[in-house]
Amino acid sequence: MGAGRLYLAVAVGGFRRYATYRLATAAGVFTNTVFGVILVFTYLALWEERPGLGGYDQAQAVTYVWLGQCLFATLAIQGGGAEKELMERIRTGEVAVDLYRPVDLQLWWLAGDLGRAAFQLLGRGVVPFLFGAVFFPMTLPTDVGRWAAFTVTLVLAAVVSFAIRYLVALSVFWLLDGTGVNQALMIAGVFFSGMLLPLNAFPGAFGEVVRVLPWAAQLQMPADVLMGETGVSGALAFQAGWAVVLLAAGRALQSAATRRVVVQGG
Amino acid sequence: MGDEAFIEVDGVEKVFDVRRRTGFLKRERRRVQAVDSISFRVARGEMVGYIGPNGAGKSTTIKMLTGILTPSGGRLRVAGIDPSRERTRLAHRIGVVFGQRTTLWWDLPLIDSYRLMHRMYRIPDARYRENLDRLVELLGLEDLLEVPVRQLSLGQRMRGDVAAALLHDPEVLYLDEPTIGLDVMSKARVRAFLRELNAERGTTVLLTTHDLQDIEQLCSRVMVIDHGRLVYDGALAGLHEVGESERMLVVDLERELPPIEAAPARVVKVEGPRQWLAFPASESAAALVARVAADHPLVDLSVREPDIEAVIARMLHSPAESAQVPREDVGRVIS
Repeated sequence: MGAGRLYLAVAVGGFRRYATYRLATAAGVFTNTVFGVILVFTYLALWEERPGLGGYDQAQAVTYVWLGQCLFATLAIQGGGAEKELMERIRTGEVAVDLYRPVDLQLWWLAGDLGRAAFQLLGRGVVPFLFGAVFFPMTLPTDVGRWAAFTVTLVLAAVVSFAIRYLVALSVFWLLDGTGVNQALMIAGVFFSGMLLPLNAFPGAFGEVVRVLPWAAQLQMPADVLMGETGVSGALAFQAGWAVVLLAAGRALQSAATRRVVVQGG
Repeated sequence: MGDEAFIEVDGVEKVFDVRRRTGFLKRERRRVQAVDSISFRVARGEMVGYIGPNGAGKSTTIKMLTGILTPSGGRLRVAGIDPSRERTRLAHRIGVVFGQRTTLWWDLPLIDSYRLMHRMYRIPDARYRENLDRLVELLGLEDLLEVPVRQLSLGQRMRGDVAAALLHDPEVLYLDEPTIGLDVMSKARVRAFLRELNAERGTTVLLTTHDLQDIEQLCSRVMVIDHGRLVYDGALAGLHEVGESERMLVVDLERELPPIEAAPARVVKVEGPRQWLAFPASESAAALVARVAADHPLVDLSVREPDIEAVIARMLHSPAESAQVPREDVGRVIS
């Protein structure tokens, strides 16, 4: 009870913190919209040449693009969510302050990041998506059940996304600086989550591997559920499985990390 | 058993293994004894200064007392709780303030951080309201509650942090450099508040600082740590005696003159018409000034209090003399 209210308060705080920066949000909306337009025309040219690539028709490819732009900031696909702040706090030793609190470190950051994701979805993601739906042909479900399932996949995608970034952030306890892992995170995130090209379109064994990595839980799964390309229960199980594994790994790494928190001085 | 000790530290030590690169793929392991068998007790309601040079082990001790570090040896209890085993349970009973760090939400108004504390420490609504009102009044936060923390001045933020640490009525408050970087007015305000907190609510306070005035104005007892060892535990006055601390009289004369002779003061520096005279802290400055003024053309003067680092440095470098000093009213010199 009490704990639920605490983490809800943290999530609300996370939402409101990002809501403070209105100009940045507006700029983000603009960027995602422009990028969406560019990608849509690129995809259309590609699907013209290779109809049915990745099992998608043109309208599905367009839908995929706009969903990608919608979730780009929401899932912090190239980083820039809670992990960025956590890395900085570890680097400066400020994380000690977090440890003095009667809270669970991982749940604290998860709640804050989900609050951030909720804001990024509503404040930054919805507009490009609606723009796409108005100006381009898209494949969207008409039944409520599919939308509900899609919403659940979004929540799980946000949890998996956080779990990956939390692991990366904790590495700073050992590496002492997050610049390198941040870049790796960014490249891996953009590529493996299918921001450039749907993972379904990746050929051969490489495609098989990419489709079972945790990044596939971020954009590919919600997209396929939304467009009816995959079974709902299988997608949810895939996401939930990765969420549990990665959160558990984060928890293990966290207890190892907090034992050496002293390293960063003062 | 039976004594009033609120914080009990018995032979506590902390050893770190530090790995250092000594070449390509070659690592050297080194053991660093950050805290070396220290023991002390702090009674409920005491206000204790905990001082020592940088790297002496102050922060390590505080981290062990709050449970985020596990001691390598010895026994440690705060309010009867073993901190590292029950960090979360203990967290409800302690407050921590870092001068150089903040617990507040940077982007949001101050009040949002307080609402979070309300949930975090599960403070009953009535008590939260009451404590918030009291802290807001005592720390002068009325006009700041709706201001985002990033827009607060350092002094304002510090007061905001102190309030955040006290909303849940902690029994002990750890303060790490609470006045660092603050202007004179802000320092005075924070100190006055702490004095009142201690007097009225009996909150036990452990204060780490480099500012001698913090200690002088707040603490009746001082503990000095150096190289991981507790080297002094007792009254502040005793520390001056042990450290043979000196004050500095700086005089501006009308013109350049040969060094002034006024034993026991001695001139340590001459720069044109300005001279620096060091004299024992126990001597009266007034008498010395009168003597100097009697036969020298004085234009201006100032007296500088010894800084704590200097006192400690001198104390640590004269073990032979300090060893003779320990008397009951002076305090223990351990080393």
